[in-house]
Amino acid sequence: MNSLRSRLFVILVAATGLIWLFAACWIYIGAKQEVETVLDARLQEAARMVSSLVPSSGMPPAGQGPTSSHVIDIPSYERQLSCQIWSLDGQLVAKSSGAPATKFTDTRAGFSERKIDGENWRVYTIEDHTKGIRVLVGDRLGQRTHLVAELIKGLLAPMLLMIPLLGFLIWVSLNRGLRPLRIMAEELQARDADDMSPVDVGRLPKEIHPVVASLNALFAKVQAARQHERDITAFAAHELRTPLAGLKMQAQISMAAPDKPTRDAALRQIMVAVDRTTRLVRQLLTVAKLDAAHDIEHNTTVNIGTVLDEIVSALPASDAGVQIAIDPSLRRTSIDGNREFLTLAMRNLHENALHHMPDTGVVRWSAESTSDELVVFVEDEGPGIPNDEIALATNRFFRGRHKSTVGSGLGLSIVELALRSSGARLSLQNRSDRSGLRAQIIWPISRTVRQSEAASEHIHGNAPLRLRAAS
Amino acid sequence: MRILVVEDDPILSDGLRAGLGLFGATLDVVSNCADGRAAVASSEFDALVLDLMLPDGSGLDLLTEMRADGDLTPVLLLSAQDEIADRVKGLDAGADDYLGKPFDLDELAARVRAIGRRQSGRASPYLSHNGVVLDPAQMTATVSGERIKLSRREFAILAALMRHPGAVISKDDLEARLYGWQEEIESNTVEVHIHKLRTKIGKHRIETVRGLGYRMKLDAA
Repeated sequence: MNSLRSRLFVILVAATGLIWLFAACWIYIGAKQEVETVLDARLQEAARMVSSLVPSSGMPPAGQGPTSSHVIDIPSYERQLSCQIWSLDGQLVAKSSGAPATKFTDTRAGFSERKIDGENWRVYTIEDHTKGIRVLVGDRLGQRTHLVAELIKGLLAPMLLMIPLLGFLIWVSLNRGLRPLRIMAEELQARDADDMSPVDVGRLPKEIHPVVASLNALFAKVQAARQHERDITAFAAHELRTPLAGLKMQAQISMAAPDKPTRDAALRQIMVAVDRTTRLVRQLLTVAKLDAAHDIEHNTTVNIGTVLDEIVSALPASDAGVQIAIDPSLRRTSIDGNREFLTLAMRNLHENALHHMPDTGVVRWSAESTSDELVVFVEDEGPGIPNDEIALATNRFFRGRHKSTVGSGLGLSIVELALRSSGARLSLQNRSDRSGLRAQIIWPISRTVRQSEAASEHIHGNAPLRLRAAS
Repeated sequence: MRILVVEDDPILSDGLRAGLGLFGATLDVVSNCADGRAAVASSEFDALVLDLMLPDGSGLDLLTEMRADGDLTPVLLLSAQDEIADRVKGLDAGADDYLGKPFDLDELAARVRAIGRRQSGRASPYLSHNGVVLDPAQMTATVSGERIKLSRREFAILAALMRHPGAVISKDDLEARLYGWQEEIESNTVEVHIHKLRTKIGKHRIETVRGLGYRMKLDAA
């Protein structure tokens, strides 16, 4: 039964019915006992009364005198009670009109039950030795049962009539009680798909406040996710359409250009714009791939130094005075992770560092470890990120005030995504010793981190720093 | 026309500079709200081309501030978000026109001309005074129905003078219309161009107001 209302209704009606039934049984038993006590007392009373009415000289035996005159007339008892008066020697002296001729009982005194002519009788016997009589007053048991049954019937009949009424009342109260739920459901049903405003708790009973609170929390979450999505879409639109607008404009200029230098300049800009857009599309695809990657395997052991070597050697040659320093400790540092994603993250950080370098300087990769974290970091000597922007730097499409012309605003969010799916996190801070940014990749130490001493021996074991021109 | 472009994308702003330049406009380009604010405060522009998403905020904020300060410079918004709601928001914030990216150079130029025209209260796309007619769209000029050839800068000066015939325009103002901030100003250019213009359209049409500047002579005599 899925309807709360039907369920409550059935439970309430069944419970009420059961309690009523129990009460009826109780009343039945109680009433029966009470009736018996009262009727027994009446029997005793009647017997004593009859016995006291008999003259002390005694009564002539029924057979000797005119029988009719000895029939005791106690009309008030006639219907329900029957009376026999026997002499102690066993002669029927008198009997009431409805009484059977058979002796009620052989019991000499007190209560007894007997079946006479198919009828059950309860009899009280009293003996009067001075008068030489025994008075027997009897009650039909059938009549007693009838009495109790009538009593119960009188009780049950209104009850049975009441049950439908009670059911109706329960149904109405349930409807009333559940109205807030129904109102809430109707309100939710009537909503637009876009309407994420919280449900007003004020009018609702406090029992469903937790439900409403969870619902509102969910609404808020969905709302935030949607807003985020919208922002991303807006940014993506801006980042994609702006270079396209630039491309189109430059193409039109090159067509309309009155002279060769203007045309050549426009064509050069087109090349730059195409390169930038290509890079942007590549990064967008990377983001999409990282977004989709939930169950990646990270069971390969990756040596950080090797990855860095690959990244550095894959970069196009540069004759600038920028040097790359890779701390030898990195060659002894391996982590369990996904090689592809780690390479992606470190390459982005490395390129980022190179982009922001002044003409000369050192990009430095190194590692530190505390008791619960392993930190691999890269430091550049660029302008760093303004402190108020550092938290925003990993947002998609965020480009700060000092943005470079090549940035798409996706690099750091790619790093963050790639690291997150490899169990690490990215932390950015400005260098404290000089201007520049320090980008840290942080692994919790519980990840299997190996700093194998053996491996270090044949690769620049104790060299302080390995300096190497950006090649 | 002197136009301020607030756009952070280097290729697009370079394209705007070159592209609108082909239509005879002089462009100043800044790449963020703060520089845009400074530019608007220090110089007068015939129109503003404003990008919405800028590194230090929204172009809408700059626009709202300008309008709050009573700045009536016509503004054309450029935005990658070209849903109706975005357009409405931009126009309600005080923009005169709205163009979604990517856009057509010719259309942009036409729209910029149009908002400039509305600003100066003209119904006709042509500037005309005493038989001299300029067509800013084609950058052509006719004097008494006869077509004359003008260089880009000559055209710019003549257009500036003809926008408010009779009003004196200083040499500095004319220079500002010829050169963006980034361009080197050659000495005596304004004088040289005025001289050339006078030979082309008739000496008497441009009047020198000594110490103040130049103006179009009101009567054709």
